[in-house]
Amino acid sequence: MCLAIPGKVLAINGTDALVDFDGVQRNVVIALCEGVDIGSYIIVHAGYAIETVDEKEAEESLKLWREAIEDTEISKEDII
Amino acid sequence: MSEKLENEIGFALPGEAWLRSPKFSKKILAAIKRIARSINYTVKIMHVCGTHEHVICENGFRPLLPKNLEIISGPGCPVCVCPAIDIDRAIALAKRADVILSTFGDMIRVPSSRQSLMEQKAKGSDIRVVYGPSEAIKIALDNPEKEVVFFSIGFETTAPLPALELTNKPPDNFSILCAHKTIPPAMELIVGLPDIEIDGFITPGHVAVILGEEPFKLFSDAYRYTNVITGFEPNDLLLGIFLTLKQIKENDPKTINEYSRIVKPEGNKKARKIMYDVFEPETSRWRGIGKIRDGGLKIKDKYADYDALKKFNIEIKDSIDIPLGCSCHLVLTGKMKPKECPLFGKGCTPLHPVGPCMVSHEGTCKIAYTFKDVTL
Ligand code: SF4
Repeated sequence: MCLAIPGKVLAINGTDALVDFDGVQRNVVIALCEGVDIGSYIIVHAGYAIETVDEKEAEESLKLWREAIEDTEISKEDII
Repeated sequence: MSEKLENEIGFALPGEAWLRSPKFSKKILAAIKRIARSINYTVKIMHVCGTHEHVICENGFRPLLPKNLEIISGPGCPVCVCPAIDIDRAIALAKRADVILSTFGDMIRVPSSRQSLMEQKAKGSDIRVVYGPSEAIKIALDNPEKEVVFFSIGFETTAPLPALELTNKPPDNFSILCAHKTIPPAMELIVGLPDIEIDGFITPGHVAVILGEEPFKLFSDAYRYTNVITGFEPNDLLLGIFLTLKQIKENDPKTINEYSRIVKPEGNKKARKIMYDVFEPETSRWRGIGKIRDGGLKIKDKYADYDALKKFNIEIKDSIDIPLGCSCHLVLTGKMKPKECPLFGKGCTPLHPVGPCMVSHEGTCKIAYTFKDVTL
C-alpha cells in the first residue's frame, strides 16, 4: 500500500535515521534520498525514505492522518 | 499547493485540509458532473494502482460519479501480477533445508500453481515475512550458516530498496529472487490492446516519486492520452479524475502532476541511479496479462553473485498462472469487474482466495469484496 504518512527525522547515524511518525519512532534507511537532515520530513516506503516533503505540507498531512486514525480502531503501530 | 496546479484546475484550493474536506469533495464532484454532462459518450479512465482503487472504494466514489464516467482498475497490484512461476521458484527455494526465504506479507498468501508460500511454511519451511529488504539482510547476518533469499516484488517505488542493499556489499549468504515489474511499459501495453478502450490515465503517485513526470509524457505527447499523476487522499483522487476528464473534454492531453507536494518533476534521481545500477529492464511475464516488453527488471551481471536465479539451480515445469474458473486475467486488464466473476464471494473469498486478485490489499477482487456494499 502507498502510505503517505510523513515522518520527522530526529537523529542520523550514517545512512540510518531515527524517524518520528507522530509519536511512533522507527529506524529508516535514508540513502535513497538527497538532502535528508535532522528535522527533515520524509515519505517512507517499506523502511526506506523515498522523498523529502516540505514542512508545511508534512504538518497538513499529519493532521489529516491523526483525524483518520481517530475515526477508526486502528493503532498507529499497526500502520507504520 | 502550487499555483500551477490551481491554474490547471481552474479554481482555488481551500487552504485548510482540502485533501479530506467533504465540502471540497462536493465542489469537485459538481465540477466533474458539469463536464460529464457536456460529453455525449461514456468516458473511461483507468488507474494502475491498488491504493487508488482502495481509496475509490473506501470512500464509495463510484456511485457518486456521473453515469457516463467509468473508473477502471488496471494492473496496479504488484502481488497480483507476479507470475506463478516466480512463486513456484520461491517455494522450491524454501523447500531447501539450507534456505530461509523472506518476502513481503501479502506475497506469502498468493496461490501459486499448486500451493502458496504459507502452505509451504505450514509444512515446516523457514519462510519469514519482512517489512523490507533491510530486515532480510539482518536475518542473513544473524544466520551465517543459512542462505537467506529475499523474494523481491513491486514496482518502481520498491525496486530501489533491494538495489540499494546490493550496492552496499551484503553478506555472501544473501541473495534476491527478483520479480520486479515496471509501470510505464504496462500502460503502453494497455494502450495497444484492441479490446479495451480507455480515454485517459490516473498515474500512481509513488511510482512517479521515483520516475518523475518524464516517462509519463509519452502517453500524453505521443499517444494522446491524458495522464494525471495523482496522490492518495480522497480529494487527490477526485481531483485526478476531474483533471483527466477536463482534458478529455478539451481534447488537450497533458501530463499533469496533481501530487506535486511530493512528486518532483524530475523524480528521485538518486534512487533511480541506484535502481539502474543494479537492475536492467527485461521483457517480463505479468500474471494474467502475458509478456510485456521491458515490463520487468532483472539483476545485472555485475551483481550476479546475489541473483538467486543464478546462485541456485531451480527448474520449474508447468506453472499455472490462472486457476480454473478464475477471471483475474480479465479483471487485471479492466475487462471484467470482480462481481462478474462466477467465483466472486462464493468459491473465492479473502480467507480462501482462488486467484491472486483476492489476496492483497491492492488486489481488485479483495478490495471489491471488502467494500462490497459501496462498490459499483
Ligand atoms: S473473484 Fe477470485 S476467482 Fe474470480 S477473478 Fe477474482 S480472484 Fe479470480
